[in-house]
Amino acid sequence: MSDKTTSSNKSILNDAGTRALIFQVVLLAVVVFVGYYLFSNLQANLADQGISTGFAFLNQPAGFPVLIHLIDYTEADTYGRAFVVALINTVVISLMGIVLATIIGVVMGLARLSNNWLVARLATVYVETLRNIPLLLQMFFWYFAVLATLPIPKNSIIFGDFFLNKRGIYSPNPITQDGFGIVVAGFILSIIASIALIVWAKKRQTRTGLWFPAYWSSLGLIIVISFLALAVSGFPIEFDLPQKSRFNVTGGMVLPPEFVAVLVALSTYTGAFIAEIVRAGIMSVNWGQTEAARSLGLKDSLTQRLIVLPQALRVIIPPLTSQFLNLAKNSSLGAAIAYPELVAVVMGTTLNQTGQAIENIGLCMLVYGTLSLTISIFMNWYNKKMSLTER
Amino acid sequence: MKSNVGKLLSTAAIAATISAGAAASTLEDVKAKGFVQCGVSQGVPGFSNADSSGNWTGIDVDACRATAAAIFGDAQKVKFTPLSAKERFTALQSGEIDVLSRNTTWTYTRDTSLGLDFTAVNFYDGQGFMARKDLGVTSALDLDGATVCTEQGTTTELNMADFFRKHKLSYVPVVVQKADEALAAYASGRCDVFTTDKSGLAAHRSKLADPSAHIILDETISKEPLGPVVRHGDNQWKDIVTWAMFVQVNAEEMGISSKNVAKIKSETNDPGIKRLLGAEGDMGAQLGLPAEWAYSIIAEVGNYGEVFERNVGPSTPVGLPRGINKLWTDGGVMYAPPVR
Repeated sequence: MSDKTTSSNKSILNDAGTRALIFQVVLLAVVVFVGYYLFSNLQANLADQGISTGFAFLNQPAGFPVLIHLIDYTEADTYGRAFVVALINTVVISLMGIVLATIIGVVMGLARLSNNWLVARLATVYVETLRNIPLLLQMFFWYFAVLATLPIPKNSIIFGDFFLNKRGIYSPNPITQDGFGIVVAGFILSIIASIALIVWAKKRQTRTGLWFPAYWSSLGLIIVISFLALAVSGFPIEFDLPQKSRFNVTGGMVLPPEFVAVLVALSTYTGAFIAEIVRAGIMSVNWGQTEAARSLGLKDSLTQRLIVLPQALRVIIPPLTSQFLNLAKNSSLGAAIAYPELVAVVMGTTLNQTGQAIENIGLCMLVYGTLSLTISIFMNWYNKKMSLTER
Repeated sequence: MKSNVGKLLSTAAIAATISAGAAASTLEDVKAKGFVQCGVSQGVPGFSNADSSGNWTGIDVDACRATAAAIFGDAQKVKFTPLSAKERFTALQSGEIDVLSRNTTWTYTRDTSLGLDFTAVNFYDGQGFMARKDLGVTSALDLDGATVCTEQGTTTELNMADFFRKHKLSYVPVVVQKADEALAAYASGRCDVFTTDKSGLAAHRSKLADPSAHIILDETISKEPLGPVVRHGDNQWKDIVTWAMFVQVNAEEMGISSKNVAKIKSETNDPGIKRLLGAEGDMGAQLGLPAEWAYSIIAEVGNYGEVFERNVGPSTPVGLPRGINKLWTDGGVMYAPPVR
């Protein structure tokens, strides 16, 4: 009996590690087989129904216009280029939304903690209103209720060379002339100098305890050097001014209402959530920390910046990441109000013209997945950087 | 572990059934479930529009009703699925609907690469522009620099681009996901011009606050033959939807309408009409339909002229003239092969 037990224990099949490995291999084989089966089944069915497959359509001319394109794009360009145009629009609105939402959120979060009764109540009203109304509704509100009340182009509101009407905000468009390279070089140089200054100031402070206003001086440095470079090269910028034409204002730079409505809706909506996260983060820091800082003689502003905020950030960053991801994904709602982002251009127009649903939806999923993962990776890195380092 | 494998296997089984299901005949499916699932628009007056109590009317709705009448002898055995322009083909490809009757333009690419088949044309249309009267625009060629609103995912988007490129005119496109929101953007003044098929323009204009303040420009910039669409590969089903339409045109040509069809059936000596109405022989069997299939279509839905007048004709709010949709015998292009 004992002999049997020993011998079967020696059998490779009874080894826990081996068994686990076998199960893993079997599972993997099943997953691969099922995946392959589903894929080939899909291919066969699409072929049966006479639906074109593959990504060859990306090289075909698109033939449709796109309202907002940050790279050159005309109807004669390909579906592939239209995809890139839409991708850029999605990334731009997401990043700008994230920056604005963070600023709004921090300001509103601090305002809710303010000792000023009115400020605190106003911030509460803001948060409770905006986070409780569906985002799509808010987009329609900004687009159809707010921005549509602006005057028609004929009666534009005019400040100097700026025009404001239903069709957007028109401003002079700077066009760089020969010699602008000097200005760019000056700008880059001043940034490098600023970084050096900040590093030096930090090192000096660690060494001697003396404080130097490095950030303000850097800002001054950048402005002065850039302006000097402009002056030396003889102001090599000309402006393309907007002008009234028969239907619209033409020329200049235009910020269309679709962009404004999506950006405002996304950032104020997400800002309301971030405000609550910021408030929670700050309240999670023990009041004793503030008292201790005060007893050391730190100013209120320094107490916040050096003692409270770094500790609050550890609580704030993980939920903040979720909000950033939400914002990036919510940008797809812009399709409803004609903002030409990924869903509108690829899943809307391109899908309909080519009829290739699986490829186009797959492309969109890939982009949103990649975008979200990138934001996630960055925020995780930042979280690690800010987390408690034990010595 | 076990449960995971089970899930995977059941997924595979489902996938296998889907591939098997796709091969079954649409007519059998429709007969089994007892109604025709018909994809329509989300509201284009005259073409497919639901009233406050959920009754659908319109020329596209009647195409589905004619199909139901042919199969069941009852034009009410239809269920409607409202679809946006961008959803419509996927809904048909996936089998969610049996027939798509949603003012859809018959084009080469759609017919050849989407796995779909167009049946017959129930409305010959063309794209045009609508503008505010106070802009003083009289021709589409005056539109240089204009802002143009349109719905996403239609042939309209491409025609508009082609028109402006061809005439070297500049324009600003505002492409909105749904027709109603595109119209709202036009109504709010975001755009100078709204563009879609001319019939659609008339329908949409009837929805605006002051229809008389808007003008539909004369130019027609494209050919838009609209009609019901079915999935590629089920020829019997395609024939049923196609001939449901042809019967209506033939009936108008023969002077048979919903009002006189019963009388004609019992009194006529014309063998052609007898064949059509099922009083002689069995024309329905070739399509797998009852002998009275054509009689039911005419009695329940009416002939093409009746359908047109009832839904989009001059006496309706849409108020379209019959134009090229007249019978070929009256100088139009509506012409159907004979039933024999």
